[in-house]
Amino acid sequence: MRIEADQVCVDYNGRVALYDASLHLPAGSICGLVGMNGAGKSTLFKALTGFVRPSRGRIRINGQRVAQAQREQAVAYVPQSESIDCGFPVSVWDVVMMGRYGAMNLLRIPRQSDRIAVRDALERVDLLELRHRPIGSLSGGQRKRAFLARAIAQRASVLLLDEPFNGVDVRTEKLMAELFLQLRRDGRTILISTHDLSHVRDFCDLVVLINKTVLAYGETSEVFTPENLELTFGGMPPNLLTGPSSAEEPEP
Amino acid sequence: MITWLLEPLSHDFMVRALLVSALVGGVCGLLSCYMTLKGWALMGDAVSHAVLPGVVLAYALGLPFSLGAFVFGVGSVTAIGFVKQKSRVKEDTVIGLVFTGFFALGLVLVSKTRSNIDLTHILFGNVLGISQADIQQTLLISALVVAVLLLLRRDLLLFCFDPTHARSIGINTGLLHYVLLSVLSLAAVAGLQSVGIILVVAMLVTPGATAYLLTDRFDRMTLLAITSSVLASLLGVIISYWSDSSTAGCIVLVQTGLFLLAFLFAPRHGIFRQHPEIGA
Repeated sequence: MRIEADQVCVDYNGRVALYDASLHLPAGSICGLVGMNGAGKSTLFKALTGFVRPSRGRIRINGQRVAQAQREQAVAYVPQSESIDCGFPVSVWDVVMMGRYGAMNLLRIPRQSDRIAVRDALERVDLLELRHRPIGSLSGGQRKRAFLARAIAQRASVLLLDEPFNGVDVRTEKLMAELFLQLRRDGRTILISTHDLSHVRDFCDLVVLINKTVLAYGETSEVFTPENLELTFGGMPPNLLTGPSSAEEPEP
Repeated sequence: MITWLLEPLSHDFMVRALLVSALVGGVCGLLSCYMTLKGWALMGDAVSHAVLPGVVLAYALGLPFSLGAFVFGVGSVTAIGFVKQKSRVKEDTVIGLVFTGFFALGLVLVSKTRSNIDLTHILFGNVLGISQADIQQTLLISALVVAVLLLLRRDLLLFCFDPTHARSIGINTGLLHYVLLSVLSLAAVAGLQSVGIILVVAMLVTPGATAYLLTDRFDRMTLLAITSSVLASLLGVIISYWSDSSTAGCIVLVQTGLFLLAFLFAPRHGIFRQHPEIGA
């Protein structure tokens, strides 16, 4: 198993954010993490990246504790582009190179192998030509691809993506879908947090429904039932559920 | 012009003042890049004020003042973190109340200790009358701060940019947080030599902000911040010599002036040169 979480509880100063959350995800899978805002999606991500420590329960990544998995560069986190300071004076190349820091020595001086990994990752997300551009000058979709390239350059076996389809152009969405399939073929496990159900149906083999705890998880076709979704969204199934796949969002 | 620049150099105290303030300016300029990118201006203000009781106690006990300042600088930050975590009061409020508390304690201590501390020198700097011992301390502090910032520059940059990623690849962000705060306390001590506690925050913020307007590359930003900060220190000291006015005031005014120039005329981010971002 790539990711094993058993009865994980997380609380912030006594306020419970997640309780009794259990899930097991195999290598080589694309898994949607679905829940409302505040349902504990980002808390689960934080627990998997080691940002918060569960007050109870146990998490294993590749059979190892989170701290050990971190040291082995096993987990990559792809942030929402809105959570990143766009005025930050770093280039696309610099950002992707940050994916290699964990593999470098303490002074973080890149070796040839690091530069090759970065170049390769940039090629795969089709941003090689823009590598010298400041990260803030990219469009939302391009920025998203840059952070995806960072995760690829890191060669992590687990990728956590926070709302990857938010405000993304059609081209980026297609490119990401292809990349996800490639990464799955390489045996990587991709966990996608989203509230857009149509994307889950299109891309994910597995789905985890979450509302302060893991309500259900498994094959998308089995778990994605109206009853389960009603549970997830607190009795208010979003109209996305009945409608066709949502229209393509235009590029902002 | 030449005499304007050279005449001050005929006085030993002016040479010392120029060298010390240039050094301090350079060190604070380097650190200011991290302060502006991390959004720690208020934290810089807090730490620089909170070192006052430390400085007073160290003087009274005959210890190096940097030691006292360091203890109280880090102490104030720890107190801020603790109160923020354990109460529902918002962070900026906590910062405001903790540093003023420390500063007030310092004021009371100054008035109660019978020593030859001159409060105005601590508050507004006294670079023209800096002692040999103070110069040595400043040198030591500067070397330490620069060494730490250079060794950890990439980690600190990542810590400012994306702490979640830093954490997820196994970098100890908690440690980096305290390293940056310790360096801040030390730089504040160095800075108070030249401009005093009240204005030290300008040294820790303005050069970084100026450089940030001039470039989109971090390496260039650090070089520009250091350059503008050193330039401001040198010009400020010379202007204060000729105009017989507050040295600290002149240094910070030149810094502010440089910022204004960048604000108005920076090639890409100045208000006279702005054009809509062109997406690719």
